Amino acid sequence: MTYRTALAALALLAAATGAGASDSERARNLAATCANCHGTNGSPAAGTAMDPLAGRDRSWTLNKLNGFKDGTQQATIMHQIVKGYSDEQLELIATYFAMQTAGGAR
Amino acid sequence: MMPLDRRRFLLAGTAAGATALLPACAGGTRAGGHVVVVGGGYGGATAAKYLRMWSQGRVQVTLVERNPTFVSCPISNLVIGGTKRMEDITVSYDGLRSKWGVRVIQDEVVAVDAAKRAISLKSGGTLAYDRLVLSPGIDFLWEQIPGLAGPEAQAAIPHAWKAGPQTVALRRQLEAMPDGGVFAISVPKAPYRCPPGPYERASVVATWCKRNKPKSKVLILDANDDVVSKKGLFVKAWEDLYKGMLEYRPGSEVKDVHVASRTAVLEFDKVKADVLNVIPPQRAGDIAARSGLKLVNNRWVEIDWLSMEAAGTPGVHVLGDAILPAPTMPKSGHMANQHAKLAAAAILELLAGRAPSPDPLVMNTCYSFVDDKSAIHVSSVHRYDPATKVVQPVKGAGGVSAARSEQEGRIALDWATNIWADMLA
Ligand code: HEC
Repeated sequence: MTYRTALAALALLAAATGAGASDSERARNLAATCANCHGTNGSPAAGTAMDPLAGRDRSWTLNKLNGFKDGTQQATIMHQIVKGYSDEQLELIATYFAMQTAGGAR
Repeated sequence: MMPLDRRRFLLAGTAAGATALLPACAGGTRAGGHVVVVGGGYGGATAAKYLRMWSQGRVQVTLVERNPTFVSCPISNLVIGGTKRMEDITVSYDGLRSKWGVRVIQDEVVAVDAAKRAISLKSGGTLAYDRLVLSPGIDFLWEQIPGLAGPEAQAAIPHAWKAGPQTVALRRQLEAMPDGGVFAISVPKAPYRCPPGPYERASVVATWCKRNKPKSKVLILDANDDVVSKKGLFVKAWEDLYKGMLEYRPGSEVKDVHVASRTAVLEFDKVKADVLNVIPPQRAGDIAARSGLKLVNNRWVEIDWLSMEAAGTPGVHVLGDAILPAPTMPKSGHMANQHAKLAAAAILELLAGRAPSPDPLVMNTCYSFVDDKSAIHVSSVHRYDPATKVVQPVKGAGGVSAARSEQEGRIALDWATNIWADMLA
């Protein structure tokens, strides 16, 4: 997708969000449930070893999350957390983090 | 078929370069307004930051907090156990001020007028709000332990269940305890703040005693019939690490204390200790009770899980340990942070004249140290259920650690650093 079509998609997105919480807000809210550990908008605090999620490709994140779900990805806790989210919710989350700037620029 | 909005959102996500544009376009939370947040702990500080961040500064936020800095309850047991200092668990409110434009005032709220949408401050004056967030934490039911009424008694027998001077007081008492002394800690009946906290404290005190006062004894007097949280993992740690030193006594509710002799009075027994750490039963923080909010059993605030709004009091949102918990939901700092995000999202919708999201989700994690390096965790995910109108634990999700580990000890400290930044930086 080009920059121009992305802009167009976002403009449509804004126009489509008349009533209730839009998917972009649902994505934002769901991704915020991960921020306690992975940092606000997926950028962990300096000096911690927690994995950054901001700016990661959507497919990279989904791949990891599915790996936690089916047990192929080694984990202390993520396998327990991902099972609380539907596949649709994990897609929204991965999409949201892909749109964030690594390092937390806002 | 996928609704149009979702397809467009997922499409947009594949575009690099669209990054910085999303917030300005997301959902049009354009409404302004003034939100007053009372209490700058895990719930209130998170709410203040996320209201500013998600509204791109359009919503004005005033945070009223009585303490000059944030002092964390999680990790405070490590101060008592001697491996962390008070400055390690203290964070300034400057980030909220300078980075997020939150007006932070050090004061106390003495009254809430929900009809007029205004609060009164101890220093005099009132603040008007469009929406109020109360994150008052807990206060104690002193009447259930009559001997503890009064500041002298509470200094001699610290609870250390609010981090700050009480944490320091308990640490000093432990340092002054003779080798061969008894450190007794009492656990109130559930629900109380931080279910695994008392067991973590007993464990790290035992670690310290093993090294520094090896003839001492650590005694847990539990009002509950069994270990309330992470039972298998705690019991295994006690067996493996503190056999002969740490003793667990279930069904041992402390009914009163004799301050001068540091004695805990149980129903059929008395226990004399060198350090007596009584954690009294709890209820929602005083201001919730004084605001005319509906309290269940005179203790906890009932809320609407779509908005965290107090039942029967529109415009007042309540977070954190003060609320009547949903099934299996612990009173924890992590949970309060999640309540705050749910409330912030709902408040922005409500200020814009829209309904809050119909399917909120929150999740919890509590890490606990079982010695100075190793930790264990419990986790859960809770999803809104329209039938019961409560967030319910998702079956098959969450759980506890496979075993205690130093790896989780490092993760626990990183958790703390990241959640403090998520609230305050
Ligand atoms: C309680 C802390 C905690 C929370 C909350 C949390 N994570 Fe994690 N996450 C971890 C830890 C710890 C790891 C390392 C794997 C492990 O030990 O489970 C991890 C690893 C990951 C990884 C792999 C990163 C890599 O570089 O390999 C991804 C992706 C991830 N988490 C996504 C998420 C998402 C999405 C959420 C929210 C739905 C989330 N996490 C919530 C603690 C957390």
